[in-house]
Amino acid sequence: MKAISFQAIYVLWLREMKRTWRAKSRVIGSLVMPLFFLVFMGAGFRKATLPGMPAGVNYMTFLIPGIVGMTLLFGSMFGGLQVLWDKEFGFLKEIMVTPVTRLSIVLGRMAGGSTSALIQGFMILILSTFLGFRIPGITGLLVCVAFMLLITFTFIGLGLAFASKMKDMHGFQLVMNFVVFPIFFLSGALFPIQELPGFIKPLIYIDPLTYGIDGMRGALMGSSAFPVWLDFAVLSSICIVIVSIGSILFETTEVGQ
Amino acid sequence: MEIVSVKNLTKKFKDFTAVDGITFDVQEGEIFGLLGPNGAGKTTTIRMLITLIPPFSGGATVAGSDILKDRDRVRENIGIVFQDPALDRQLTGRENLDFHARMYNMPREKRLQKITEVLELADLTEKADELVENYSGGMQRRLEIARGLMHAPKVLFLDEPTLGLDVQTRRKIWDYIQKLNRDQGTTILITTHYMDEADYLCGRVGIMNRGKIVALDTPRNLKNLIGADVVTLEMENGDPGPFGKLDYVKKTVAHGNLVNLSVENGERKIPLLMEFAQSQGVKIKSVELHKPSLEDVFLQYTGTTIKEVNTDSEERSRIGMNIRRGR
Repeated sequence: MKAISFQAIYVLWLREMKRTWRAKSRVIGSLVMPLFFLVFMGAGFRKATLPGMPAGVNYMTFLIPGIVGMTLLFGSMFGGLQVLWDKEFGFLKEIMVTPVTRLSIVLGRMAGGSTSALIQGFMILILSTFLGFRIPGITGLLVCVAFMLLITFTFIGLGLAFASKMKDMHGFQLVMNFVVFPIFFLSGALFPIQELPGFIKPLIYIDPLTYGIDGMRGALMGSSAFPVWLDFAVLSSICIVIVSIGSILFETTEVGQ
Repeated sequence: MEIVSVKNLTKKFKDFTAVDGITFDVQEGEIFGLLGPNGAGKTTTIRMLITLIPPFSGGATVAGSDILKDRDRVRENIGIVFQDPALDRQLTGRENLDFHARMYNMPREKRLQKITEVLELADLTEKADELVENYSGGMQRRLEIARGLMHAPKVLFLDEPTLGLDVQTRRKIWDYIQKLNRDQGTTILITTHYMDEADYLCGRVGIMNRGKIVALDTPRNLKNLIGADVVTLEMENGDPGPFGKLDYVKKTVAHGNLVNLSVENGERKIPLLMEFAQSQGVKIKSVELHKPSLEDVFLQYTGTTIKEVNTDSEERSRIGMNIRRGR
């Protein structure tokens, strides 16, 4: 028994792609909210300079990495929580009785989920160039993509962890309201984190998305709250921990009746 | 040689014992049935054997591998058709089969050949490229059974394979199961609460009730345990007494103007009984022959009929569902 079956990872990825393609309208629809944030907030605060924002950068430019992070967060959590749909429609049983290791199943799901989320993230990035956003060059872009990947893996892992512990789809909205939205608002996607009051800072420091968005800002704008290498180190560590937890919980998930 | 060997297998859910220390073997190449009402523990048994849930105590081997210690080996050797649908409805029939084949690491050529083959077998070739959500219930069922066979498993588990299907489709699926068993030598373990299904298909049947196997034998032997055929005579006049004195009548029970006679080979005894009645001057209004069915066997061992138990548990689960919805 091989630990990793590439054929299985491929077909799990392929399935996700087909499903995403067939649900095109849903994917497009999921871009609407980030775009609203981007356009309306970006326009509204256009002239604002917030304490902590790098000099010479307008709010729109500052906001774009945050909104890309938001899109990745929602897309990835959704990807991880897809397990709940598979539970609901019985397909998880079909996956779980095959002689494929749980590790391969998790990797396949990661591959599929992160591809979908990345496509969404890139669409926002591309659309934002119409709002005057300049992509800084190939190195910056590659560093940005590395952070985007880490963000998707982290939150697919988190989604997987929740989905493995939940019996049905009833808890989905709860996770969205009490996990996803706080992660988004506390990440500094919308405002600089340097000048925030002390009581809220610890929450920001434990939010993985903080480092993802800060890293992307470093890569795209050339200025960030933490050094980019530190963002990368912290986010990678959190990513490994969360993905491991997600995989372990998935291993023991009860497949519905 | 036994290919499935179950010893003292037990599963508890909180304080409810779903499967209560069952022991049985399935021989290689046979069609083995677990017969019982809803909630008897059949599906839970299957779920343990296919490594979806661990047993509480006891254990089993499937195709020589332990269901706890060697789960991946078990998974390689089994196929399963679940009671409720386990298809991806957003994929086409062909894509569902392709997914399965790749998960079982089948090389490309074999994959394509098998997909064509089982689509043919399931009579779905024309519908292969339609999304499964547009399939009828029977088509989905056939697709699932076809999928279960693709990787030529040593043991195929079928959990209520014809539940809710019309008579024609059931027949077709039965033929299909038999063909498979005959041509490929696949061992089949099937659960059902249909008496006729167990009787028609299975070499041996284990009757399950409340988590226990209460009887296990060939359908014929089980029915013989119940005893002989019963001929019921409706008499217009006369006395049932003389019938009891006939040497081929084992037992006589009279109630009102009806008399039940236990005899072997009832259909051959009816003419003799008619002649005898005439000679005694007894006028017979009607005759009925009842051959023992698995239903009688179930009744004998559990004191209730499968239908009664099913109605009960359906009621219970309906109430349960209402409670769940209410939350």
